[in-house]
Amino acid sequence: MDAIILQILNGLDKGSAYALIALGLTIIFGTLGVVNFAHGALFMLGAFVAVTVRRILTLSFETIDPTRKDFLGNPLKVKTTYVEHWFGPDAGQWLIDWSVPIAVIAAIPVMALVGLAMERGLVRHFYKRSHADQILVTFGLAIVIQEIIKYFFGANPIPVPAPEIFRGSFDFGVLLGFPENAIIYPYWRLVYFAFAALVIGGVFAFLQFTTFGMVVRAGMADRETVTILGIDIDRRFSIMFALAAIVAGIAGVMYAPINSPNYHMGMDYLVLSFVVVVVGGMGSLPGAVLAGFLLGILESIASMKALIDLVPGINQVIIYLVAIVILLIRPRGLMGRKGVMED
Amino acid sequence: MFKGLDRNDIRLMLVVALVTLAAPLILNPFPADSAWAQFNAGYPDLMQRFVIYGIFAIGFNILFGLTGYLSFGHAAFLGVGSYAAVWMFKLLSMNVVPAVLAAMAIAGLFSLAIGWISLRRTGIYFSILTLAFAQMSYNLAYSVLTPITNGETGLQISINDPRVLDRAFGTAASDSVPYPDFFGLQMNDTASFEFFGRVFQFSVGYYFAAMLFLAAFYLALRLFRSPFGLMLRGVKTNQSRLEYTGINPRPYTLAAFVISGVYAGLAGGLLAAMDPLAGAERMQWTASGEVVLMTILGGVGTLLGPVLGAGFIKYFENILSKINDQILHQWFAFLPDGMEDFMVTLVSPFVGKGWHLTLGVLFMLVVIFLPGGLVEGFQRIGRLLARLVGRGRKPVSDDDKGGA
Repeated sequence: MDAIILQILNGLDKGSAYALIALGLTIIFGTLGVVNFAHGALFMLGAFVAVTVRRILTLSFETIDPTRKDFLGNPLKVKTTYVEHWFGPDAGQWLIDWSVPIAVIAAIPVMALVGLAMERGLVRHFYKRSHADQILVTFGLAIVIQEIIKYFFGANPIPVPAPEIFRGSFDFGVLLGFPENAIIYPYWRLVYFAFAALVIGGVFAFLQFTTFGMVVRAGMADRETVTILGIDIDRRFSIMFALAAIVAGIAGVMYAPINSPNYHMGMDYLVLSFVVVVVGGMGSLPGAVLAGFLLGILESIASMKALIDLVPGINQVIIYLVAIVILLIRPRGLMGRKGVMED
Repeated sequence: MFKGLDRNDIRLMLVVALVTLAAPLILNPFPADSAWAQFNAGYPDLMQRFVIYGIFAIGFNILFGLTGYLSFGHAAFLGVGSYAAVWMFKLLSMNVVPAVLAAMAIAGLFSLAIGWISLRRTGIYFSILTLAFAQMSYNLAYSVLTPITNGETGLQISINDPRVLDRAFGTAASDSVPYPDFFGLQMNDTASFEFFGRVFQFSVGYYFAAMLFLAAFYLALRLFRSPFGLMLRGVKTNQSRLEYTGINPRPYTLAAFVISGVYAGLAGGLLAAMDPLAGAERMQWTASGEVVLMTILGGVGTLLGPVLGAGFIKYFENILSKINDQILHQWFAFLPDGMEDFMVTLVSPFVGKGWHLTLGVLFMLVVIFLPGGLVEGFQRIGRLLARLVGRGRKPVSDDDKGGA
């Protein structure tokens, strides 16, 4: 029992990442009708915003401290980061320690700009072309983004630590009445799950309770009528594209401490996120979220030793297997609507 | 052999055959000791890849170009073909014939199973299904199927393999790891000739692959011009209308899927025949993406396009990835120092390890501006030239009927 609960918890953070990427994909597909293969690259860009922010915060200069000597007897060179120099050692350390949450704030304008540039510069010209063309051009863009990142940051994963107070794990099992050390769960993963829930809730609330969201939903349902009513729906859809980019980006920032960013993580998550979107049902936002968590947890449960002994290799294929079964018995996915992507 | 083909098709076939057979001569335009020698493509290893990936792309194009079904999992069949071929080398004989036949058969069966399920859906659902199957095969090949695939190390042949047929006929070498052969002609046998400072290499492996490539191209040509090919085009144009006329398109699309799977298997078998080693990374989805790139870059739905695309990508992969900063400095040495460094900094992200960046940019440009790929580009240039030359005369009619 405790093993299953542990696996469900482990599945939550992966599921959160799937859900956030799939949510953005679905927003783009639902509003603009574009299949965005570059969405994983946006997730990856977010993770590298975290890397960049940390690098900027840890920029340092060298001073010579004449009172101390190094092991050769020369005056010791001391590295001081600029933030420590400017704000004093305590505040400076704090800023560096909290670089990931700070990167989330930095990522919002950055990803909004990237998203807008992508939509205005490229995706806009592909609304009228076939889905295959959209897939191909965004696939090309994903390769380009990935290679640019690889050029600047290299091919190796770059670790980004979480803030100090979230670094440990806590004994989750004790809360539920299990013996000690039965269910150990890292704090940061819990933070990630809470963060994902917050973002997902925020996006839904935004769409549900604001006038802007209402117009967007109306546009998703019937674009022409909304246009006839004199609303510039294209502009709003561009903003939704930027919003989807932000969601993918901050999902990537927060994921950086869990999985050290590397240039191909976008592609790795993209394939799975597409499976998630299709399982959830193309164009259905709740479906994307539901399928994201479902597949994340299933993947995690399938990697339990007892199950692997029973069915070897199940952990490697479970997601794809579920996707195939669902596509065959429920072609529209879990919560898909009629008439979406069926032309 | 040419019955039912019009003169243009016969000319195309003959030109392709001539170019393929004379490739070791044509692709060696620069003397071996000149600075340009690095642009030569006329060595066996690269030429083999041209024709093998040409076969792969032709097969993919039969599915994607004719029926419009975009498969994102074709590399799985290539990988299965490679594994099947290496197993034939291990179990039966180092002769490439059983290996290639087994590769085609196993890949065909595998694609029949996957196609039978995947083709129940269309559009992006089909793409995701094929992707899911391919990723499943890839993950399994890396983990549970290690006894068959040898996991991360990759499947290799060794001296102690049974090789039943070779032992029965007493041709089994016992002192060293043998090399695949075609009835005694070893695949890596190469005859080198030197003329005018150029080294021309004629290798058995290349000509074996080239003959199969020509057969594959000829079959694709016949298929494109056949009623069956017409039916497949009908699926792409309007599947519902085809259904309303009382035709069930499933058998046709499934046949196209299996044919392209067999082509991929053949390509995988040939890869193993040239270098008897099979690894799971051949099945990864990036490999599936590569064949999509080749086909689109060359020209979807055309006969020559996929071949051009495959040659283009493999050539630049080989050439660009060899260029480093030192070579760039040599090139731009004629510029003033500051300019030289600037140009090198500007170009270096696109060459060497960064050649994928060039590929991505190029691919995007093609999809955006030239949906017909390189073939359309050449046609446009040809028409432009024709207009410039024939100005004042009657306009040239562009009759391309979807061929090359």
